Amino acid sequence: MGGHLNINHLMFLGQGALWTIGLSVIALIGGGIVGFVIALARISPLKSVRIASAVYVQLIQGTPLLVILFLGYFGFAAIGLKVSPLAAAGASLTLYVAAYLGEIWRGCIESVPKPQWEAAEGLALSRTQRMMKVILPQAIRIATPPTVGFMVQIIKNTSLASVVGFVELMRSGQIVNNSLFEPFAIYAIIAVTYFAMCYPLSLFSQRLEKRVGRGRSNLAPA
Amino acid sequence: MSIQLDFPAVLERWPSFLAGAALTLELAFFATVLGALIGTLAAVGRGSRSAAIAGACKVYVEAIRNTPLLVQIFLVYFGLASLGLKLSAFTVAVAALTINVGAYTAEIMRAGFEAIPRGQIEAAEGLALSRLQIYWHIILLPAIEKVYPALTSQFVLLMLASSVCSQISAEELTAVANYIQSDTYRAFETYIIVAVLYIILSLVMRAGFWGLGLVLFPRRRRLGTPL
Repeated sequence: MGGHLNINHLMFLGQGALWTIGLSVIALIGGGIVGFVIALARISPLKSVRIASAVYVQLIQGTPLLVILFLGYFGFAAIGLKVSPLAAAGASLTLYVAAYLGEIWRGCIESVPKPQWEAAEGLALSRTQRMMKVILPQAIRIATPPTVGFMVQIIKNTSLASVVGFVELMRSGQIVNNSLFEPFAIYAIIAVTYFAMCYPLSLFSQRLEKRVGRGRSNLAPA
Repeated sequence: MSIQLDFPAVLERWPSFLAGAALTLELAFFATVLGALIGTLAAVGRGSRSAAIAGACKVYVEAIRNTPLLVQIFLVYFGLASLGLKLSAFTVAVAALTINVGAYTAEIMRAGFEAIPRGQIEAAEGLALSRLQIYWHIILLPAIEKVYPALTSQFVLLMLASSVCSQISAEELTAVANYIQSDTYRAFETYIIVAVLYIILSLVMRAGFWGLGLVLFPRRRRLGTPL
């Protein structure tokens, strides 16, 4: 019971919120790059590549993020590497986000109408040209709303990094709570802060979805 | 730099792992049943003619969908405690998971309701079906059938998300893992085993929902539409 919530506590929480955003950006960029590779691998002409990427997605999507975070955290230690909680959390989130974004984007690529693929083939474009010039530009339009929607999931999921000792918004809240012991008030502040970060993205995603067309909305992860 | 893995040292704790997995399934079961109920009510509420009910349901759905489950669990845990309610970690975990999955279910069910063609409801009215009959046979069941795949994958995600309940010391699978790794100092092996167990649990759940779908929606089975 160390007194009342003061400006220093709020500054500390603010710093945590910045780290939440930082970790989310790392997860989005890392997961985006790996996820793009996964999406392409899932529709590869090579069967072995398709199977390997499908197995990866199934394994990650069948495991809770919390367990993946622990595996990342202790896995680096098991091979004798000492890494910071940020690196461990960033790597785990990248693997996790990649599996989900990969699946979302695969769906978007495959939902580009079949005649577009055939027309590109009929114009004698190579596979790379067909992808880069015909399919992906259209797939990106379809993929934007669910990707923005998934960014909300990323921000929320970074809260689990608190468990492996990374001081983001949730962890900084726990630390403040340890000195004040006013859990309800502090976690309410934390919840409102997360909401303030996520809700604009949710609204933006919904608006994009309406623009792209209502029929596409079922591409978003359930 | 060499990796030394010692699985037998961890695997000899298999009764604890099994107990944890059983509790995880139990948590998922109760939260799924209660959450499906609340979520369906909230989806119906959002379409209500009363602005207050529709607004309240929207606030519930948006508040839950835009905050992390971990924060929700702590809020329920400490919120109930500050009200003077002393509940077991299991009850708190089920309550928090139910509130959480209810909001996602509401969104999915709303999409299902919106997918019901108006003409079908009008046709049912024309056939003099009662309001209750229309709601059950024409709106609710077909809506569930339409969104069944999305619903079930949400429930599998819920089972995985229940790992977060380890943070309020509900003795589910992840909590068991945390305990075993601190006891054996074999963290990496422990979490690999637990990851495998979660993958098995999610496969079992998916197979179960698939079978349930065949029983619940025989029309779909006859048409050969994949679930």
